[in-house]
Amino acid sequence: MNTELNRESLLKAYRMMRTIREFEERVHTDFATGEIPGFVHLYAGEEASATGVCMHLSGNDYIASTHRGHGHCIAKGVDPAGMMAEIWGKETGTCKGKGGSMHIADLSKGMLGANGIVGGGGPLICGTALAAKLRGDKTVGVCFFGDGASNQGTILEAMNLATVWNLPAIFVAENNGYAETTSPNYSVACENIADRAAAFGMPGVIVDGFDFFAVYEAAGEAVKRAREGGGPTLIEVKVSRYYGHFEGDQQKYRAEGEVQKLRNEKDCLMQFRRHVTADGDISAAELDAIDAEVLAMIDDSVVRAKADPKPGPEELLTDVYVSY
Amino acid sequence: MARKITYQQAINEALDQEMSRDPSVIVMGEDNAGGEGSPGEMDAWGGVLGVTKGLYHKHPGRVLDTPISESAFIGAAIGAACNGLRPVAELMFVDFMGVCFDQIFNQAAKFRYMFGGKAETPVVIRTMYGAGFRAAAQHSQCLYSLFTHVPGLKVVVPSNPYDAKGLLIESIRDNDPVIFFENKVLYTMEGEVPEEIYTVPFGEAAILREGDDVTIVALGRMVNMAQEAAEALQKDGIHCEIIDPRTTSPLDEETILESVEKTGRLVVVDEANPRCSMASDIAGLVVRKAFGALKAPIEQVTAPHVPPPFSDVLEDLYVPNAAKIERAVTRVAEYR
Ligand SMILES: Cc1ncc(C[n+]2csc(CCOP(=O)(O)OP(=O)(O)O)c2C)c(N)n1
Ligand SMILES: [Mg+2]
Repeated sequence: MNTELNRESLLKAYRMMRTIREFEERVHTDFATGEIPGFVHLYAGEEASATGVCMHLSGNDYIASTHRGHGHCIAKGVDPAGMMAEIWGKETGTCKGKGGSMHIADLSKGMLGANGIVGGGGPLICGTALAAKLRGDKTVGVCFFGDGASNQGTILEAMNLATVWNLPAIFVAENNGYAETTSPNYSVACENIADRAAAFGMPGVIVDGFDFFAVYEAAGEAVKRAREGGGPTLIEVKVSRYYGHFEGDQQKYRAEGEVQKLRNEKDCLMQFRRHVTADGDISAAELDAIDAEVLAMIDDSVVRAKADPKPGPEELLTDVYVSY
Repeated sequence: MARKITYQQAINEALDQEMSRDPSVIVMGEDNAGGEGSPGEMDAWGGVLGVTKGLYHKHPGRVLDTPISESAFIGAAIGAACNGLRPVAELMFVDFMGVCFDQIFNQAAKFRYMFGGKAETPVVIRTMYGAGFRAAAQHSQCLYSLFTHVPGLKVVVPSNPYDAKGLLIESIRDNDPVIFFENKVLYTMEGEVPEEIYTVPFGEAAILREGDDVTIVALGRMVNMAQEAAEALQKDGIHCEIIDPRTTSPLDEETILESVEKTGRLVVVDEANPRCSMASDIAGLVVRKAFGALKAPIEQVTAPHVPPPFSDVLEDLYVPNAAKIERAVTRVAEYR
């Protein structure tokens, strides 16, 4: 199954997923102290999705993300230290402290932004894909969106447009079972979000979002098709989130023990570790070493984020226009 | 002494009482109950900040959670209003109006006029606005002036719990489309609110403080800041008159003009961005209709012409506050 992935790539994927997990666990802990301002939506539990997709992308490919964007950012190569500083509202943040958790972006990395507007990314990715197509540079655009966002007109219109223009776009529906409190069992009229692909004339596939290799494989096919001019794909990633909709959510709409069971039985990092160490090619000690490095890196990013200065008052009025 | 409840409870009570009184009133919005299709509790949230909590169980079948499809459900509320219901639809944060604005400003707002006076569209769209939550550029805007600009819409901006309840009941009973703006920072504000049902009429400003020196017209959360400023200015011998328009459409021009006729000096306080805003609208009104009375240039205390920033230090600079109002009032009062 993972034949295309050499040792180096496997270690890279593991490090990426571990970085996302550690980043999110740390933001969760620090948010509880009251020091982190604003709304924070954590991606813990969904790491295999961003990683399985972004392992196929280079810096010239674009992604559009959501309010739950930290994982997508890290997987697309945005600097975690800059992200941490952004979440803490510091001048050294990815967006100088002007955007915060919901708006982390790094266009130099092909990361078109987390998004505060549900469904905001779909049309934008059609645009980056159109530019790529007209230039003929074989790059692609990936729109990540949630099960809730799958009901937004912008997403449905974007999927139609992507087929009409035969764009190199990939739509990744991260179905984590909830939009705030609401289940797709209620909000999505058909059985699976992927079923809608047929209506837009594109292939639709469903993958287990706890299984990195399943996501990697499906995304590989979609990215290849897009690069070769074969048009868009819809991938539904069935997954779950380990924390509330946002930090502070009491989660009374969830089943008792739901998350613990997933952590024990399905966790993407646990499965990945079991899988790659079983082959004997990669040792548990190597993965432990990555864990320790990532932990130290995240610790360091928090220490720096806390110590860094907040933006100066002059920043309030800058960056509204390029020229005015 | 009357009972004290919060702004948020006042809104909940208005919805509850109107739903009990009139079976045609329904409530809809994203997670307005919460938990649809999910394995845990129903009414798990009662809206993102809990404002509609409890209505789901009290009024079975009349609190509808919606998919994240604002065009569809806001439009459906408008259609239902054309067919005998009185829907109160929640557009969670007003910043989300972008995805459903057509249904509001080309559909609901225009029916009555386009159809030659034959349509009635008694829909209420409740929505949160304002900075202060460190929620950044897409969750903190004050967009009431965009709606005020559109003929056919009524726009309500309550500044305290009493008005929130009375104006919401008025909104539900009104036969035109009403956009009801709730300031998210004010949700926890307490105030005296009668248990009985009452209404506060549209187009009637409240004079919250009388004074002869400077008129302050303030909206929403800014009303409280203006009161704080006026309190401090009183000690310096500057007596402010504070006017809360309460609705921006219709706008009670008369109360504003009468006050400026008396004081000759005006400060408008508006949390929104300054261009094409309520601040500029009210300033323009006074220049046109009370020019002769003016003894000083009008001052506007508003957010700057930038989107709401995330970082707390920047957001605190962005939002008007009592100190900025005091300085503006002092400049206007001292102008000779
Ligand atoms: C246009 C718009 N409507 C509503 C919201 C409020 N909101 C933010 S996240 C969210 C739920 C999104 O659910 P989903 O797409 O499944 O993503 P998830 O949170 O599960 O990652 C809602 C309703 C918003 N930000 N933008
Ligand atoms: Mg979801």
